[in-house]
Amino acid sequence: MSRIDALFSGLERPACIAYLAGGDPDPETSLAAVRAVVDAGADIIEIGVPFTDPIADGPTIRRADNRALAAGTTPDRIFELVRAVRAGTAVPIVLMTAYNIVYVRGVDRFYREAAEAGADGVIIPDMPPEESEDAVAAAGRYGLDQIFLVAPNTPEERLDLVLEHAGGFLYLVSVQGVTGARSGLPHGMEERIAALRSRTDLPIAVGFGISGPEQVRALAAAGADGVIVGSAIVAIVEKHLGDRDAMCAELKEFVAGLCGAVRDGA
Amino acid sequence: MKKGYFGEFGGQFVPETLMGELEALESAYERAKNDPAFQAELEGYLSTFAGRETPLTYCRNLSRDLGCRIYLKREDLLHGGAHKINNTLGQALLARYMGKTRLIAETGAGQHGVATAIAGAALGLPVEVYMGEVDMARQRLNVFRMELLGATVHPVRTGSRTLKDAVSEALRDWIARPAETYYLLGSAVGPHPYPTMVRDFQCVIGRELREQVLKAEGRLPTAAVACVGGGSNAIGTFYPLIDDDVRLVGVEAGGEGLSTGKHGATLCAGTKGVLQGSLSYLLQDRDGQILETHSVSAGLDYPAVGPEHSMLKDIGRAEYVAATDDEALAAFSLLSRREGIIPALESSHAVAYAVKMAKEMDEDDIIVVTLSGRGDKDVTEVAARMGVAI
Ligand SMILES: Cc1ncc(COP(=O)(O)O)c(C=O)c1O
Repeated sequence: MSRIDALFSGLERPACIAYLAGGDPDPETSLAAVRAVVDAGADIIEIGVPFTDPIADGPTIRRADNRALAAGTTPDRIFELVRAVRAGTAVPIVLMTAYNIVYVRGVDRFYREAAEAGADGVIIPDMPPEESEDAVAAAGRYGLDQIFLVAPNTPEERLDLVLEHAGGFLYLVSVQGVTGARSGLPHGMEERIAALRSRTDLPIAVGFGISGPEQVRALAAAGADGVIVGSAIVAIVEKHLGDRDAMCAELKEFVAGLCGAVRDGA
Repeated sequence: MKKGYFGEFGGQFVPETLMGELEALESAYERAKNDPAFQAELEGYLSTFAGRETPLTYCRNLSRDLGCRIYLKREDLLHGGAHKINNTLGQALLARYMGKTRLIAETGAGQHGVATAIAGAALGLPVEVYMGEVDMARQRLNVFRMELLGATVHPVRTGSRTLKDAVSEALRDWIARPAETYYLLGSAVGPHPYPTMVRDFQCVIGRELREQVLKAEGRLPTAAVACVGGGSNAIGTFYPLIDDDVRLVGVEAGGEGLSTGKHGATLCAGTKGVLQGSLSYLLQDRDGQILETHSVSAGLDYPAVGPEHSMLKDIGRAEYVAATDDEALAAFSLLSRREGIIPALESSHAVAYAVKMAKEMDEDDIIVVTLSGRGDKDVTEVAARMGVAI
């Protein structure tokens, strides 16, 4: 069983999933930030491999990617980061990146190196199931979960296709749009989650636009198996660019709050 | 299951949110293509509104100067000033056919933005255009034209603030509001079905050209030459000639020279990768990060290229070369002075390379250059480079 499967099957409450842009604002600070989030109790860590032109990301994550790239973050540095994080924890780590980063490296090589570094899953938002043959095969070869997104407007027929390929957990995009913190939750999440649940045994994690404990509690109550928070966490990194201690302190406090909310809502 | 491939290039690399939209677009396009009423309406707009068919002009002076027979396919004479309207009228009609209520577009030189604004105004659809700040500064005239036509222009301040960033921003808009939005993409790039659909709408260039040159000369040309940004005027020129014994030559932006790294010559100097929805040649570093491009012409300042061109390059059916900024500027002046035609800076790249080719041709060789647009939009930029205040 993969680390991600083991986590969900052993958890009595929704998982708290935290996203950080890898290498933001520089590889060294990024390691401290990831460790702070792990220490605060996050159940899964998503690490973004920065790309110059991510189409599915809003301004917050794009600025983070730019900072990371300007500081010399490469896929090699991200694998080093994963290795360093993995040395101190068994928490599942998921890499999230644009297909081009994977393609240019060579799909097989990317997955092999990700697995060797200690990652557990890969998310490629601009790779729909139709284009995923090589990636899914490589994920299988190296024991990684290939995680797919389901959008609010994914038609029924496409859902079958997504579910056929998906591993780890299903990433349910809560809102129509790109990443970025928003307030409130769209209507009908409970029905949406229930409808998905009737179609798959995969855990269902909800992300995009989740900014704080309020929404996390509501999603937990709506039946989500996991809640993914990204831009709101990245914004904390951005707020304390010159001050690593303050950055890590606020990250810990914020993520601990999210983890608490996950427990309350369950 | 994979769709929209040209050899190993193309595909649909977009977030899940857009996959359903692309499917709907593809099936609507298939229906429209086979719907005589749709085709008749498009035909009507092209002939009575856009100004088709466009002439094939024999360059009497240049031909004499250079010692072969040079023709221009005059897309510069179309309404709006470029070939872009062939595509925007087709897609805007398709948007209406699909019941969409707003058009969005990206633009580099502003020509596609203007052509979308024209089509939107004519068909009563509101238009929003994304344009990089750098391009807004160098194509101010077109920004104002779009506004006069009732479109809203959104400045894009991310990345290199040029065409590539405008495409990404338009895609993000589409992801946020897919139900009512029609993304009117301006070149033969992006995810399937765009490269095929845009090619189909632009093929009118090559179809007319083929007949016109046969009529004028009784034979096909030795070579057809077109500039390549995303590649829409070039593929529209090439495709109807693909089975003929005609050299197909695409001219990319050589910028300050390929060796300087400051250029937009994707097929000449790029490597394979995935950007903005399709697999094609890209200008990128060894990790897959997209490089900044440079060209004097905003419309060629783009680090990717249409997937069909990537295939034509790999199978050797078309040749891809580059003309530098300086060569394009020289051709801009040459065509203005010798033929009385001020070409767009994009098209000037094709003219520049045709002039080079002509020197190695025989007297009865025929070169047809697609003049994708007129140069009015570029006069302020060119004047500034010449140090002339206007
Ligand atoms: C006059 C003109 N020619 C060519 C181009 C390049 O586009 P494409 O390669 O799609 O024809 C543009 C783009 O803005 C243009 O305005």
